[in-house]
Amino acid sequence: MLFFSYFKDLVGREVTVELKNDLAIRGTLHSVDQYLNIKLENTRVVDQDKYPHMVIQCVDYNSVFSFCKLSVRNCFIRGSVVRYVQLPPEGVDIELLHDATRREARGG
Amino acid sequence: MSWAGPEDIHLSTSLASYLDRKLLVLLRDGRKLMGTLRSFDQFANAVLEGACERVIVGELYCDIPLGLYVIRGENVVLIGELDLEREELPPHMTRVSAAEIRRAQKAEREATDLKGTMRKRMEFLDLD
Repeated sequence: MLFFSYFKDLVGREVTVELKNDLAIRGTLHSVDQYLNIKLENTRVVDQDKYPHMVIQCVDYNSVFSFCKLSVRNCFIRGSVVRYVQLPPEGVDIELLHDATRREARGG
Repeated sequence: MSWAGPEDIHLSTSLASYLDRKLLVLLRDGRKLMGTLRSFDQFANAVLEGACERVIVGELYCDIPLGLYVIRGENVVLIGELDLEREELPPHMTRVSAAEIRRAQKAEREATDLKGTMRKRMEFLDLD
């Protein structure tokens, strides 16, 4: 449950979600659930030039992008298809996370 | 994705806030389905009414009507709410018939296949 609680604290922040199909979507974290399904608001497509490691090889996904960009403002992402979530640097309190991890490891 | 009461529907991760809305469902195989969400569960299994698949090949697109669809949740990548006022594609995209888009799709597939075989033949050169 640690990461669930952790993501709950990030609600309202701007995050980038990179999916297993190499799509990367940026948006405001609206909510998250125990499966780490994610809802994003004000979504937009991550700038491909800025993140060269996220270059989309498949032509098809490009068209998904141009399509999503135009008409989808908020979306639900299934937790199982997420590869990474990039967090705002100020959203990470390492000390707190350390403590919580130790507490969880001790079983409390 | 728990069941949420009417008051916190819009705060939860539940798909309840998307019920009866027109949605775009992106599947794991890259397909894009559009339709009205009528039902769902905790696995993101979903029932789409009036579903259609939007096939996009380059600048061409086509909406192929499918009817009532039950989507198994594991295939869902993303469910997005369509803004009905802005649903239109960029102006340079042309709508074509189903037959035409199938032809374009086939041509594209053949082009990628050809690229693949050419690459395979040249593999002994160790290009990378």
